[in-house]
Amino acid sequence: MTPRLELRGISKSYPGVIANDDISLSVLPGEIHAVLGENGAGKSTLMKIIYGATPADRGQIVCDGKILPEHGPAISRELGIEMVYQHFALFESITVVENIALSMPGKMDLKRLAVRIRDVSERYGLPIDPDRLVLSLSVGERQRVEIVRCLLRQPKLLILDEPTSVLTPQAVRTLFKTLRQLAAEGCSILYISHKLDEVRELCHSATVLRGGKVTGETDPRQATSAELARMMVGSDLPEMTVDPSELSHLPLLAVNNLSMASETATGTSLKSVNLEAYGGEIVGIAGVSGNGQGELAAAISGEKITSAAEDIILEGRAVGHLNAGRRRDLGLGFVPEERLGRGAVPPYELSENALLTAHRLGMVKHGMANRRKARDFASAVIEKYKVKASGPNAKAHGLSGGNLQKFIMGREIELAPKVLLVSQPTWGVDVGAAAFVRQTLIDLSRSGKAVIVISEELEELFEICDRLYVICNGELSPPLYRAETNIEEVGLLMTGTGPTCAASEEQMESIRHAV
Amino acid sequence: MDLFVSMFAATIVAATPLIFAALGELVVEKSGVLNLGIEGMMLVGAAFGVWAHFAGLPMTVALAAAVLAGAASSLLFGVLALTFMTNQYAAGLALAIFGTGVSAFIGRGFGSTPVDAIQPVHLPGLSDIPVIGEMFFQYDPLVYLSFVLFGIVSWFLYRTKAGLALRAIGESPDSAHAIGYEVIRIRYMAVMFGGAMAGLGGAYLSLVYTPLWVENMTAGRGWIALALVVFAAWRPIRVVLGAWLFGGMTILQLQGQAIGLNVPSELLSALPYLATIAVLVLISRNRQAMALDFPISLARPFRPKG
Repeated sequence: MTPRLELRGISKSYPGVIANDDISLSVLPGEIHAVLGENGAGKSTLMKIIYGATPADRGQIVCDGKILPEHGPAISRELGIEMVYQHFALFESITVVENIALSMPGKMDLKRLAVRIRDVSERYGLPIDPDRLVLSLSVGERQRVEIVRCLLRQPKLLILDEPTSVLTPQAVRTLFKTLRQLAAEGCSILYISHKLDEVRELCHSATVLRGGKVTGETDPRQATSAELARMMVGSDLPEMTVDPSELSHLPLLAVNNLSMASETATGTSLKSVNLEAYGGEIVGIAGVSGNGQGELAAAISGEKITSAAEDIILEGRAVGHLNAGRRRDLGLGFVPEERLGRGAVPPYELSENALLTAHRLGMVKHGMANRRKARDFASAVIEKYKVKASGPNAKAHGLSGGNLQKFIMGREIELAPKVLLVSQPTWGVDVGAAAFVRQTLIDLSRSGKAVIVISEELEELFEICDRLYVICNGELSPPLYRAETNIEEVGLLMTGTGPTCAASEEQMESIRHAV
Repeated sequence: MDLFVSMFAATIVAATPLIFAALGELVVEKSGVLNLGIEGMMLVGAAFGVWAHFAGLPMTVALAAAVLAGAASSLLFGVLALTFMTNQYAAGLALAIFGTGVSAFIGRGFGSTPVDAIQPVHLPGLSDIPVIGEMFFQYDPLVYLSFVLFGIVSWFLYRTKAGLALRAIGESPDSAHAIGYEVIRIRYMAVMFGGAMAGLGGAYLSLVYTPLWVENMTAGRGWIALALVVFAAWRPIRVVLGAWLFGGMTILQLQGQAIGLNVPSELLSALPYLATIAVLVLISRNRQAMALDFPISLARPFRPKG
């Protein structure tokens, strides 16, 4: 069989980095081919080259047996290569059908297009309403729109970039079903991911990248996760050590019956949230994005001040009325999910970023900043937390996601917080750094502190948390002990169909169907 | 009754240059570009219209000259803001000042020489109906043209693919670029349309409304048009309604002075701006409305990646 797509010796370098070094791979018609690798392994660059968004320095792209003399997104579309981006290119202020119309050639006929969207979405089990505003769609629904947009063009090769990072386990299964159906119809799929389990479940073949080079080609159904991980990381991952721990008698942080109305039309209101975190444990908050995680984090951190002081108790003290700075003074650390812009000021040096929260360690006297102290502090954090940076003078936006996260995490932990709230600790962080970050959190909790982790990655929560809460539509489930629950149960709670959330019979049915 | 009818008709006429300029700016802003130079483009249009008129060209050609001059002056802004990606506020202000100067230069010698203004069209039958005729059917052709242009702009923005693409670019030029739209080219076209409309609005002042050339004759109408777009929360129909409101305010102010109403005229002149600020505050509280109609990328330079 002629491969649908063949890459021969693709190389691409940017100033200072070789993003792709002599990469070859081939994808057959109807094959689901994984491109596995850590962040920074060169996956995204390679996909951009395949799609034609970036030219390769060297190498050939062969499509259906013909060498492409030149390449570009327009040529890709002609050849039937479609791409679902990790960050969707959708316009929020217009409807689903209008969004799709924008990327369809020829004249616009919204009524006919809406009918076609309904057809395709039904056929592939991707329910979407063409007349809804994208603004009102969840992330998962937006992804469906992106996929339907690609399917309408009857692709021969579909590229998906980390498609499951925003989905519930149930939605992941639905997506896999769709992808298998597509593959069975002869469409080739390039599936970019760093999630080993998914690749093993879905893909027929895999090309593993590390540092821009191909480090392995394998049948992921045969290989073990450990083998794949070794190819990705280059060495065995450090084993996570989770010792049993002794809990404090009283919770270090308690959220009591907290209700908070959403400020925006698209936000989520918190409804009677109860949460406790004891010293010595890691408490996880699972949930699909946009179910109130942001609001809860803002309420706990003090970015949003709640109505009653007793809503939030820090070490026995009512702090609901205090602002974020005062709560930090009392020993509440917070690492927000947006590293650039909220956790750190992008164009500032690391030492200046250190100053932003670590000024509590005597770096400011009479309103004057002691820059030397800030630099020393930043240097210490860089060393202790293995941050790869040129030094305390490096600009925050010059660091990779993983390194900046290590720095911010280190900065907060060095302040010796009693409670540390971390949102999406390993988003966009490579496997090695993620393991380090998780171990750091475990160590912090085992030293008697309370750690609260808000994450959309269930595997991560199951790996490090002692107890789990699930947030759905602004409501928090009762706590679940990790040892007594499983991904299935948590997944159901995430979709609002668990025992604590009322769900219609119809919804239950569709979930059962999906599972 | 007579007073009401004449004030109504005067309001419609006073609103017409605002409708032209503000509809143009609306399209520009919907594409994500903020051109503060309307005042300058209107003056350039007004001056070139008068210049063409005194050069003996027919009125339609004079109007076309004004439209072309407005569009050409907007190109100056376009090159700065779109090609060289300078700060749009600065480039727009530069155009406002530059246009004022250029128009004064062009207009030298025509100062205060009356123009044979474009006359109202007489529609047999309709114009003769008492009250109704005077209120609706005794205007010059450009008033009717402003209604037609309102229809065209609304239709374009909300019914055509090009209009959809324009609005999409105003929300996220990066996404639009990613799916293959030529952001810079489309923004250039929007900016030139805005310039042409401002030029037409200016020519309306010098060839119909005043009708003669006076230096700085727009007297802040360019800024009102700018405020009007915000006041209208980026909706064409509200631009027209707002223009009538602001036009009515101007007429009221004149009438008020005539009948000796004891309100300082400066205060009345400030009313449109106060109204704009009030609306800005109100709509920015309604995030849903903001998200739907407000061009999010407004005034942010677009730099194509890759």
